[in-house]
Amino acid sequence: MAKIKYIEFNGTEHEADVANGLSVMEGAIQNDIPGIDADCGGGMSCATCHVYINDDEWFKKLPEKEMGEDDMLDQAFEPKSNSRLSCQLIVSDDLDGLTVHMPEKQV
Amino acid sequence: MIKTDVVIIGAGPTGLFCAHQLGIIGLKCEIVDNLDKIGGQCIELYPDKPIYDIPAVPECTGEELTNNLIQQIKPFNFNFHLSDRVQELKNENNKWLVKTLNGKEFETPNVIIAGGVGSFEPRKFPTKSAEKYDGKSVLYSIKDKTIFKDKSVVIFGGGDSALDWAIELSNSSKVTLVHRRDEFRGAPASVQKIRELSDNKTIDLITKYSIKDVKGNGSLESVEIKSETGESKIIKADYVLGFFGLIMKLGPIAEWGLNLDKKTIPVNTENFETNKKGIFAIGDICTYPGKLKLILSGFHEGALAARGCFKYARPDEKYRFEFTTASSTIKDRLGVKE
Repeated sequence: MAKIKYIEFNGTEHEADVANGLSVMEGAIQNDIPGIDADCGGGMSCATCHVYINDDEWFKKLPEKEMGEDDMLDQAFEPKSNSRLSCQLIVSDDLDGLTVHMPEKQV
Repeated sequence: MIKTDVVIIGAGPTGLFCAHQLGIIGLKCEIVDNLDKIGGQCIELYPDKPIYDIPAVPECTGEELTNNLIQQIKPFNFNFHLSDRVQELKNENNKWLVKTLNGKEFETPNVIIAGGVGSFEPRKFPTKSAEKYDGKSVLYSIKDKTIFKDKSVVIFGGGDSALDWAIELSNSSKVTLVHRRDEFRGAPASVQKIRELSDNKTIDLITKYSIKDVKGNGSLESVEIKSETGESKIIKADYVLGFFGLIMKLGPIAEWGLNLDKKTIPVNTENFETNKKGIFAIGDICTYPGKLKLILSGFHEGALAARGCFKYARPDEKYRFEFTTASSTIKDRLGVKE
């Protein structure tokens, strides 16, 4: 279980306890947190669960991107070097306290 | 005006198998999709990715699945209306009048929405200023490449479309290719070609930059790009091209008076009819308690929706359940010779 903080583009903060094994994307969807669309349902084929990890320490601590994630991020709205697809961030105790920032929009 | 029993919106796997089920029970249908090819997400998003959960098919790609589904409905000779989009649904005398973007019109008692997450559209530049040049000098697809001759063209993106067009247009235009990172997702041969063209100064290659603003006075003059560390550059541009892949938008479906739950359409699980009589929703776009966004669920939903259509298409007939293995009527429809 990890407490994940989701911050919308307008600054609204949401916190959710997300069970280990779920993705950060699923944590948002299951808790009705707006700002993450996840059109493809977690298949790494749409780039609509795009988030920023503003804390550099956290960004480095996250599991590395798999092949294809950066390719999808190319197709996201305003990708940056601290962008991740939240469907690829699988929750474990290690992610307790993670904060993700949502982009202005997903599509 | 085309009269038919069912209009299916969406030529993905769910729409295709639903067409099969309609054919089996003797109904006609017309299939509309806004992509230029059949297959929906399977063909647009993951043609080469293996799928492992199609019943009785241990492994297949999105393209193989699509080809097999096309093969399966061949006997019915249904019409596809590709690169077109259903724009308007209107009810008249218990029939639905369906109008498309390209001006096609259908009259039908049934519409089945199998539209996935909506229609695919190119992702556009995030900058507001690009909007006023949209379709004129800011483009997301190329219809006529001759317009770029001897012009300054700035291309954004790192996939095959961006690389292929940068290579192609470098013969006759001043090309700048801008991409947000050093790696490209395009085919390795194209990436190598781009590096060569950049090394011999045929094209300008700028990485780790993205668009900031487009500027012009009536007509487009330049594009401003920014790096994440805050530097910016201004590049002269007659045309700006963006190739960031496709996004999915619900589009006009949202305007047809259907109940919506976020981006999905609630249905009953008996026949997948929506809150509007004769309008059904199946596949990823529908929702109900326990809904799974799996292709196999879409197949099931399509089979039941097809039966749901029968009563409106053939109000004076009684639907008879038959097995394909045993029914000579179905075998006739399939053109199977015994």
